[in-house]
Amino acid sequence: MITSTTITTTRITDMTMLDDFLIRAALAGLGVAAATGPLGSFVVWRRMAYFGDATAHAAILGVALALAADLPIGLGTLAIALVMAVTVATLAARGWAMDTTLGVLAHSALAFGLVAVSFVPDARTDLSAYLFGDILAVSKADLAYIWAGSLMVIGLVVWRWSALLTATLNEDLAAASGLNPDRERLILTLALALTVAVALKVVGALLIAAMLIIPAATARGLSRSPETMAILAALVGAGAVLGGLRMSLSLDTPAGPSIVAVAALAFTLSATLGRMRRG
Amino acid sequence: MPLIEAKGICVQIGTQEVLHDVTLRIDKGEIVTILGPNGSGKSTLLRALLGIIPTSHGSVTRKPGLGIGYVPQKLHIDRSMPMTARRFLSLPRRHGLAETDAMLARVGVPEVAERPMTGLSGGQFQRVLLARALLTRPELLVLDEPTQGLDQPGEAAFYRLIDEVRRDTGAAVLMVSHDLHVVMSASDRVICLNGHICCEGTPRVVSTAPEYRALFGLGTQGALALYQHVHDHDHTHDHEHHHHDHAHHGHDHA
Repeated sequence: MITSTTITTTRITDMTMLDDFLIRAALAGLGVAAATGPLGSFVVWRRMAYFGDATAHAAILGVALALAADLPIGLGTLAIALVMAVTVATLAARGWAMDTTLGVLAHSALAFGLVAVSFVPDARTDLSAYLFGDILAVSKADLAYIWAGSLMVIGLVVWRWSALLTATLNEDLAAASGLNPDRERLILTLALALTVAVALKVVGALLIAAMLIIPAATARGLSRSPETMAILAALVGAGAVLGGLRMSLSLDTPAGPSIVAVAALAFTLSATLGRMRRG
Repeated sequence: MPLIEAKGICVQIGTQEVLHDVTLRIDKGEIVTILGPNGSGKSTLLRALLGIIPTSHGSVTRKPGLGIGYVPQKLHIDRSMPMTARRFLSLPRRHGLAETDAMLARVGVPEVAERPMTGLSGGQFQRVLLARALLTRPELLVLDEPTQGLDQPGEAAFYRLIDEVRRDTGAAVLMVSHDLHVVMSASDRVICLNGHICCEGTPRVVSTAPEYRALFGLGTQGALALYQHVHDHDHTHDHEHHHHDHAHHGHDHA
């Protein structure tokens, strides 16, 4: 938020720089949307919304640990997100009551993360960047990192598409077709951890789950096949990124929440349209 | 070589042993029905045979490369996933437009191709499930109470279809039922299950076995009812049989 204020003041004076950071921000956002669209569809289909939240909130802890150990932040968030995702998946397989378990894990991960971050002097000042993202301060290196992660997620999902879809529809059906539902679940878990690590910079830990769920939920009402829904979700996410950046620029609002707000408006529109068409 | 062979398998769910020391084999082209009361482990046995759940003892051997078409007992498709019948037929392996159309026509629901799965009636849904299983040209068709939610004529038509499929493709059929009526008409072999195998054999042998009567709590009156049931059914069976013979000759000439 600090950055966005600084930037708005420079807006008028330096057009080329404005173009540059805005283009970087847009490209970063589009990279995230490209991954969260298809992956978010799986999160919606599998009713893993809270799972996404738990994984995303754990990223804050990852940030703190990475800063303390002087490791790249991306690595820290990826590692902790992965640990969290695997923990949740394991507990689910052991028959823990998911609603409560996820509620406990998601919020304790966030709380421990915030406590841990407070021990790291540098991070303390940047806390809001990790919570809400800092898309307007994306560097070229960040951009490369975001797109590399995003392409990996897309690659995983495209590669395993049919198996993931079958296992999501019904695990018994998948197993009888010679697929291994556990493996497909693990692949989704891995993709989710990657997405969290990638999206942290753009929308922040608190709103990553929103970027997974809202575009996919928006696309649901407009789709007749899972493929359409995944692609539409990516497009809705992309639209939200561009719209949110525009809003942030003209109203001087924080970029990450603005993106999610635009996505939420799109969802409302889609839900209303869907209701009108049905009713 | 049998398609599937289970030797002394036990299955544990939680701390409860649901199946104990079950040994059975399914050979090429036969129709085997597993019969048992609710909670007798029928579905569990199917799932163990398919390798969906692990066994705690014993071994399950499937013929290498065995193609299985599985129709689960119930399949809940979440409304959050848009899925037309045609798309569903291509999970996980793609089938062409002409092929899916032909199969939907074969199972008697050509009109549902572009309809969402969540909007189908119970009967249409079961037929689409069967179509999906058949599209993989399975050597073994596994059906878990496939006529749940069908009315009587729908059920009769469904089993006629299964029988046709067996004749046309030579696929073996392993199904679960608690419906005596069906068992008498459509099976080569019946296995009575109640946590373990109580008795097995041809439908006629099983229906007179004391274990079977004990399992289904049939007193004299029940046995009589059963007898009449069987009797009744034999008529329809004969009738169907003529029909089959006829169709079969046609097939031979072609």
